[in-house]
Amino acid sequence: MIRTVLKWFDDRTGLVSAIDYFLEEEIPASAGWHQVFGSVAMFAFLLQVVTGLLMAVNYAPTPGEAWESLRYIVTQVTAGSVIHSLHHWGASAMIIVVVVHMAQTFLWGAYKKPREATWILGVVLLLLTLAFGLSGYLLTWDNRAYWATIVTTRITALAPGGSMLLRVLGTDGNSIGRVTFARFYAAHVTLLPLLMTLLILCHLILVRTHGVTPAPGDEHKPKKKFFPEQVFKDTVAIFLWCVGLACMVAFVKVPLLHVADPTDTSITPRPEWYFLFLFQMLKVFQGPLEFFGAIVLPGLAMGALVMMPFIDRTKLVRIRQRTGAITLVALGAIGWGALTATAVATTPHQIDDESLDDPQAWQLIPASQLAGIGAFRSGHCASCHVLGRSGAGPDLLTAVSVKPSDWLMDHFRKPAADAPESDLPTAQLRALVQLVTKRDENGIEAWKTAPAGPVQGATLYQANQCSTCHTLNKEGGKLGPELNGLRSRHDRAWVLGHFSDPEKYTPGSQMPAFDNLSDPDLATLTDYVLAIPR
Amino acid sequence: MLNEPQTRRSFYINAINALASLIAAAIAIPAAAYLLIRPKGAEDEGLAEVADLNQLKIGKPQEVLYERRRVDGWRKVTEKASTWVVRTDDHSVVAFNPACTHLGCAYHWDGPANHFICPCHSSVFSIDGKVLAGPAPRPLDRYVAKVEAGKILIGSQVDQG
Repeated sequence: MIRTVLKWFDDRTGLVSAIDYFLEEEIPASAGWHQVFGSVAMFAFLLQVVTGLLMAVNYAPTPGEAWESLRYIVTQVTAGSVIHSLHHWGASAMIIVVVVHMAQTFLWGAYKKPREATWILGVVLLLLTLAFGLSGYLLTWDNRAYWATIVTTRITALAPGGSMLLRVLGTDGNSIGRVTFARFYAAHVTLLPLLMTLLILCHLILVRTHGVTPAPGDEHKPKKKFFPEQVFKDTVAIFLWCVGLACMVAFVKVPLLHVADPTDTSITPRPEWYFLFLFQMLKVFQGPLEFFGAIVLPGLAMGALVMMPFIDRTKLVRIRQRTGAITLVALGAIGWGALTATAVATTPHQIDDESLDDPQAWQLIPASQLAGIGAFRSGHCASCHVLGRSGAGPDLLTAVSVKPSDWLMDHFRKPAADAPESDLPTAQLRALVQLVTKRDENGIEAWKTAPAGPVQGATLYQANQCSTCHTLNKEGGKLGPELNGLRSRHDRAWVLGHFSDPEKYTPGSQMPAFDNLSDPDLATLTDYVLAIPR
Repeated sequence: MLNEPQTRRSFYINAINALASLIAAAIAIPAAAYLLIRPKGAEDEGLAEVADLNQLKIGKPQEVLYERRRVDGWRKVTEKASTWVVRTDDHSVVAFNPACTHLGCAYHWDGPANHFICPCHSSVFSIDGKVLAGPAPRPLDRYVAKVEAGKILIGSQVDQG
């Protein structure tokens, strides 16, 4: 029954025979595990197509909103973080397998006559894969993506015809806006996938036309069929690749920084790991040599790759005798590894600064108000002022106090004739004045929900008069740096150390050392200031 | 008994099928969850104040325009909305979704005939939303509606059944 249907279908479309044509291919006796990578690369591309389509149904391709919708995918949509992670790590895993595929082809000498065209198409496919990586990197529109792409476009401007290319990309290299974003998006989801699909098909047809490269001596052995033995090996390889990818998805968080900020001066842009070697090479070639390092050298390397079949025209020999090729690949790998390792070692620790969840109310109000909440709680104010309804005192949530601050200070010291006198320090009483006279919606929300830790931190902040010099949530002096977004500039150990010896961490700092605070107090204060978002 | 090459061949084929199915399932399950399960975070929108109660007369439905807050995908939006409000007595109102339950056209109140009528396929609803005629499959959908201190407050749609 199924056979009849298949035959009917095949007679009219030829599809079944076409698949058979590939499955029934005769391959040399030496074919085996070393030739699985092409299939894995193709599967990797298909997976990127599937996960990319899934991302696209919840993604808004415009600056700003792109980041919001991506955050929505990662935090709100069911399995959204899995899909995003598959796409992100899938890209890296695809580049690895494409490069391994190329290295294998090179080592075994499979680019030689008559397979020159297959090889050259392969080099083009590698470049397309890298173009996917480059264009996709911007689409997250987080701060790292923005700045890395700025650097990339500047490098492009160095190349001959680079300014033309930049015009095509809709930028002058100084900033990246909606137009450039739209062009990167168009390239990533329309042009590149089309080209890639087309060229993969051509590559496949050429592979089938010329057959799998035999090793010397294969001509005397009987040939094998592609199906099922080699298909089995390819499937196992694809499966192992998937297991590796699944481990990355399960255990490594995809970095997503805060939304792109063209005014941020604290960021050190870095490209994705597979471009780090280029980045590092540019450090070696500086000044007048920059053009050589950024354009000439990569250009020559690409040219040599493309021309490989015409540079090396020797006859096919066994892999063990291809010492030249083995040396070249080894040197390439060592050079790439060394450059990448140096780049990683010299990259300042990127602080994963922004939590993707919306900030809590207590993270948005000035420290004085949060300290006021602390005073309200520790001063037993709630025994008369019940939040949310009128008790012995008025409900403080419904209206901002219009009493003069002198009256309030006196009231806080001695709330009522029959009430005991308050033992709160003056700083806390001032904080209370701030709270009841200034609080807005966030203040009310924080009053009800702020956890004890941050409240204690804000109380310390208030008591040590940090706001004399520092601004935090729009309140405080300008003598020291603003503290909003501190966590994207420094990590916890730095801030902790800085409190006890500011001069050591920031030479010339005017800040006094706060070594009078106990260790737990310092930790609470540090946690508090680090929790305040940009 | 199968000979050795045949056993090996069937092992290969079984292994290919098994591994391929595993991979397909590992992709299809998250993909299905992603597309089919409702995203979290669509919190309750709260009530919007739309009009004063004493602007309405008992037994005379009125279309009211108001602004409502809604979570729309990755954005919290404030958008224009409308509802048909019917004052039922001195203290309470009923608010209807302004879309006909047939195909979503905007119906209107026919004063002289004393019923709602939809211009698309002539569905007719009574003042309490019941279907009187036409293809509409169910009574008009209702919004949560409250009266507090003389103000009419409208919320999200009441779940049917």
